[in-house]
Amino acid sequence: MTDLGPLIPRNRAVHPVAYDVDYKTSVTRSPNLPLLSMESTLTEESGPRFGHGLLGPLDNNLILNWTKGAAPAIGERILVHGRVLDEHARPVPRTLVEVWQANAGGRYRHVKDGYLAPLDPNFGGCGRTLTDEAGYFQFLTIRPGAYPWPNRANDWRPMHIHFSVFGHSFGQRLISQMYFEGDPLIERCPIAATIKARSQLDRLVAPLDMTSARPLDFLAYKFDIVLRGRRQTMFENKLEGM
Amino acid sequence: MVQKLDTLTETPSQTAGPYVHIGCIPTFAGLEGIYPEDLGKRAIDEGAQGEIVTITGSVFDGTGWALRDAMIESWQPDAQGRFPGQEGADPKVNGFARFAADGDSGEYTLRTVKPGAVPMRGGGWQAPHISLWITARGINIGLQTRIYFSDEDNSRDPLLLRIEQRHRVQTLIAQKTGDGLYRFDIRLQGEGETVFLDL
Ligand SMILES: [Fe+2]
Repeated sequence: MTDLGPLIPRNRAVHPVAYDVDYKTSVTRSPNLPLLSMESTLTEESGPRFGHGLLGPLDNNLILNWTKGAAPAIGERILVHGRVLDEHARPVPRTLVEVWQANAGGRYRHVKDGYLAPLDPNFGGCGRTLTDEAGYFQFLTIRPGAYPWPNRANDWRPMHIHFSVFGHSFGQRLISQMYFEGDPLIERCPIAATIKARSQLDRLVAPLDMTSARPLDFLAYKFDIVLRGRRQTMFENKLEGM
Repeated sequence: MVQKLDTLTETPSQTAGPYVHIGCIPTFAGLEGIYPEDLGKRAIDEGAQGEIVTITGSVFDGTGWALRDAMIESWQPDAQGRFPGQEGADPKVNGFARFAADGDSGEYTLRTVKPGAVPMRGGGWQAPHISLWITARGINIGLQTRIYFSDEDNSRDPLLLRIEQRHRVQTLIAQKTGDGLYRFDIRLQGEGETVFLDL
């Protein structure tokens, strides 16, 4: 195994703050003490790899995967697509991307979600895929509804899709959310607002992408994801035993 | 003005939220059948070499309440310290596992093989450890930590040596409670706060 170099240290300034009074649950779930920073080791630089054997043919089609193709989910049909890149702007190929979301009415299929909006019998709400050699992925789904949540008296989540990405190193592990261009609830959302730099929050807002929309079928939204990269110089020490 | 760098910046994190199970452990959320089985269901398959251990614990918030909605991922090498993908790695060790705090008790369980020591870049060894990544509602960016073992020699581990307040080292050490049994509690905030990592 060649030593690809340590992971580039996380730039915490782009990430949300851990403690935010406006996101009440974070108040008791945020560490008070500083993180212990150190150069990555083999533990963080290695990571699980998943192959195509894992995937079913409908895994990236949330419109059909719950009913195994028998009946489509209710809602506005959309394609969500993009690339997974690293900090050197190189594609991250063959990496697992998982998504989950509410249905068109803003209701999750989860034992703990009791929102008034009904479940759609044809919609499960999760999907997964592997990026191709160019780091590209796509999902066919329905636009999720906004939903209210218990925080301040009248807080609503903007329309969003949850994303989980692995990369090739456990230290690249990332969970985030994709928002939709033009949604007025983004400005009002305490969870979106845990990211303090507006320019960074904007990176989670997927633009409408008419070049990939299919006439008479679906609209498209483009969402690119950047994972941590590896620091490569010719002056690295060799990893012992590798 | 200067030249413009052609590098990118990591995508900002957002909380995994209360419904993380739908996407990551669908059967826990009640979505049986969407996939043949949950990803990371087993850290090891039958026949893994080495000592089989069962680690249990809870994730506590700053008030001492055990989270019922946490999702934890683990990553580790085999008993010889080889990660999946490395030459000679034990094919029965998946290395990766995913588990949730129980919806009633808040307890998690990880059954795996005790990992071997792992080499450091530039020499030296890390004591046997399992890497953890913790997500939940209210956690805005996944929290990294490690499980070390109370019955191993942890005295020369480079990461543990960097912890200035020596009593905090204990927060990363699973306590042996029986034959092959360990307890590892995670405290997100306040008294006994777990050492969380940035590496
Ligand atoms: Fe959500």
